[in-house]
Amino acid sequence: MNSKHNMSRRHFFKVAGGAAVASGVVLAACNNKDEANTSGAISEADVPKDRMTYRINPNTGDRVSLLGYGMMRLPVVGGKTAPPDAPIDQELVNKEIDFALEHGVNYIDTSPAYCQGRSEKATGIALSRHPRDKYFIATKLSNFSPDTWPLEEGQKMFYNSLKELQVDYVDYMLLHAVGMGENGPEEFDHRYAENGLLDWLVEQKEAGKIRNLGFSYHGDISVFDTLLQWHDEGDYHWDFVQIELNYLDWKHANEINKDNTNAEYLYNELKKRGIPAIIMEPLLGGRLANLPDAIVTDMKRRDPNSSVASWAFRYAGTPDGVLTVLSGMTYMDHLMENIITYAPLKPISEEEDKFLEQVANTLAALPLVPCNSCQYCMPCPYGIDIPAIFTHYNKCIKEGNLIESESDDSYKRARKIFLVGYDRSVPKLRQANHCIACRQCVSHCPQEIDIPKELKHIDDFAEQLKQSDRKD
Amino acid sequence: MLKTIRRILAVLCFVAVTLLFLDFTGTLHHWLGWTAKVQFFPAVLALNVAVIAVLVLITLVFGRIYCSVICPLGVMQDLISWLHGKFKKNRFSYSKEMKWLRYPVLVVFIALLVVGVGSILTLLEPYGTYGMIATNLFQPIYQWCNNGLAAIAEHYESYAFYSTDVWVKSGIALALSAGLFLIIGFLAWRGGRTYCNTICPVGTLLSFVSRFSLLKVRIDDDKCIKCGLCTRNCKASCINHEDGTVDHSRCVTCGNCISKCKKDAIYYGRPRKNSENVGTKPASSAETEGNNVGTRPVSSDENQKEPIDNGKRAFLIGAGTAVAVAAFAQAKKKVDGGLAAIEDKEMPKRKNPITPPGSWNARHMQQHCTACQLCVAECPNQVLVPSHGLLTLMQPMMTYERGYCRPECIRCSQVCPTGAIKPITFEDKSSIKIGTAVWSHFLCIPIRDKDKDGNPISCGSCANHCPTGAITMIQLEENNENSPMVPSINAAKCIGCGACEYVCPSRPVSAIHVEGLEDHRTI
Repeated sequence: MNSKHNMSRRHFFKVAGGAAVASGVVLAACNNKDEANTSGAISEADVPKDRMTYRINPNTGDRVSLLGYGMMRLPVVGGKTAPPDAPIDQELVNKEIDFALEHGVNYIDTSPAYCQGRSEKATGIALSRHPRDKYFIATKLSNFSPDTWPLEEGQKMFYNSLKELQVDYVDYMLLHAVGMGENGPEEFDHRYAENGLLDWLVEQKEAGKIRNLGFSYHGDISVFDTLLQWHDEGDYHWDFVQIELNYLDWKHANEINKDNTNAEYLYNELKKRGIPAIIMEPLLGGRLANLPDAIVTDMKRRDPNSSVASWAFRYAGTPDGVLTVLSGMTYMDHLMENIITYAPLKPISEEEDKFLEQVANTLAALPLVPCNSCQYCMPCPYGIDIPAIFTHYNKCIKEGNLIESESDDSYKRARKIFLVGYDRSVPKLRQANHCIACRQCVSHCPQEIDIPKELKHIDDFAEQLKQSDRKD
Repeated sequence: MLKTIRRILAVLCFVAVTLLFLDFTGTLHHWLGWTAKVQFFPAVLALNVAVIAVLVLITLVFGRIYCSVICPLGVMQDLISWLHGKFKKNRFSYSKEMKWLRYPVLVVFIALLVVGVGSILTLLEPYGTYGMIATNLFQPIYQWCNNGLAAIAEHYESYAFYSTDVWVKSGIALALSAGLFLIIGFLAWRGGRTYCNTICPVGTLLSFVSRFSLLKVRIDDDKCIKCGLCTRNCKASCINHEDGTVDHSRCVTCGNCISKCKKDAIYYGRPRKNSENVGTKPASSAETEGNNVGTRPVSSDENQKEPIDNGKRAFLIGAGTAVAVAAFAQAKKKVDGGLAAIEDKEMPKRKNPITPPGSWNARHMQQHCTACQLCVAECPNQVLVPSHGLLTLMQPMMTYERGYCRPECIRCSQVCPTGAIKPITFEDKSSIKIGTAVWSHFLCIPIRDKDKDGNPISCGSCANHCPTGAITMIQLEENNENSPMVPSINAAKCIGCGACEYVCPSRPVSAIHVEGLEDHRTI
């Protein structure tokens, strides 16, 4: 296998994170405009029905499809231009679930928090039309808000999940986003430990209401380490762990943000214990589907028929300790393209792995703001569209349009693209110059981006561009 | 020939000056800025002796070709009148000079000018009137077309066009412009140059000169058969074919009569000596005869007092209303999903209006501005809007709800044709104090808003964006570490650009706003 799958020296990283879209809290997911992989024309007939790659769960023997369906970006009626509270397009959800099951996908991941709390119900409606043994259902105990910390509230949340999903048991139950919050360990205690909720969940597992118990992890690495220590010491058994893994976060998560932990460490910690890894953020919130032109050209040269996103999916699915790779697929074309990528999986070769490592090095060297448009920071009380500003800024960097020197030949062109594009992608009143640096967003960011500082930097840059236009 | 040359030149001038008003990108005024500066009344206000002398000289030689070629309001009326002419031929008749209206208007105009009351002045003055119409009625249409192109460009990831905000800068200005357009348009539709020869003070002023001009439209009595074709085609209603006279105070030398006359009895030039000298008549009239293409037989059913075509009038009014309604609709803000709503800002009640840097002081502004609104049309930062003050009606004033007076822009001072806003440099701009920021305690966010833990919100937007460093954030209570940080304004350093007011998160009224300074000064 690849060198990257070997153990590496353990580092001490205080806080991990990486993207958070996959196991998100509440907001925006349901009609995120910049959803991951876009593709060319594929027809339903192109998608094979019986060639999906499966992995075996060593605990239960479950034969899990390598592609997992994330239900956090469900389509809404009215499509991309619909208002945020538009109802979920249940008809399309049903169609997508039918198609997914028919083509071998059997792992469906949801949460009480997704799609403003509407995901479980929609998922339940779609799945109830199929035999219970045809799919594995994963949901979470998303007790983020302090008023859901008491045991009874957690129990209520679990029972409600069973009701919404129209099932008697959950195949994969997750403690949701452990390590998040201003103080990761403390918040974990409040949410699961001191209220006895974790012990109660273990009881539910023994009672057969839960078949696999695990956790999804973001943020403070000490929580991850502690939970694995409990596993080692036999206090608790984790049947699986959900982590963020992609070719950029493998070695560069920490470099991009010193509070994040490289996926290499997370994966290897699980691998050496034989705990199956479930992968979230294979595309880093869509960022790995939208790469600088030079890299796209390189990828197309190697494989003209594969999409940019498919590289990231193949990478995430290659390590054998991976049980399934989650993708929040809103539209049919996302679904079809991803099924094709994993039916069957063409593992990343050693040579391709080196290539992707180079790509990651290039990406890490770009001064990008590590924002995944997860929308957790939103809504900004003062109306700033934080993710849209970062997306525009990153786009300009990736396209080589962030030029500071006026003596550069392409300065004028780049200036126009930056400023005109800025106005196009962010309304004037929602741009960085209206940030008042109240810092209310900072604690919400799973990437621990110093949002006001980055906004100030972008505003200074825009201001510099504007002021350079002096026509006498 | 005279008519053709006049038409070509008139269209060129009209297009140029109109483009000057339509362009919002700040590129055209480098090339077309002169078209506003050669207008008669702006030149008077700017005390531009050279331009006035040339215009008087031109009138002395050629008659009132200024009105036919250079004045955009005149050409606009010609276009409307020409449109009516497409439906109805030979519709004019001779009327007497309305001295009782013409001269009093001029006297009032001059009196207002001397006294320095801008508001009525600007409604009477042709260039300013056209500017208002172009800015408030034509520019939005131009911008919408541009925005259509920008949308297409965006679709193809092109940056050739960018979208611009179309908004009602002032409801009164819009209503006034629409009203003036309808009134003048109606007069032009009905009677051609009625406005120019009864109300326009510039027309009256030039008429004193044109009576004595070297070259004139004249009738050759020997050839004239008194058919009246010239009279019926004179949009200035100044030809009395029965007497064989032309009122040169009202003639704008358009040449329409010459091309209509089938007997070569009407010509432009010096007087013909006598009837035998037909062969030596000036070249221009000979050529005119040769180019006499548009001649049509006289229709016999001409009724000079025929009622106005109601259907067409309704169309005109309807079109005007449509423009007004569309402009209002655009002003509403669309709401984005998943984002906190942003309230539109309200204009604070300023005790003193703010005038742009370069205008020296409020009095200079008031006395020299003809309210053409070219600066309003040009302002890229949406700072300049028409004023509603009684004495400064439609003259520009500054306000910072939609932007602030940015350091890299001196466009208003570059385009102003009347010298109301004198040219300034970027260095001047950064040091001219036009106002002072004033803080409103009870609106300030750190005092008003609390975060989820009940602590005061920290802000400092005003201080962060102040280009002169005039604002520092200080603790409200000196010895209390937990007291909110609020702005402290150093008035000596503040130039009144409005950056603080624009970025202030307090809505709808900013917690910091600029009060204008009557007399600007350099800091």
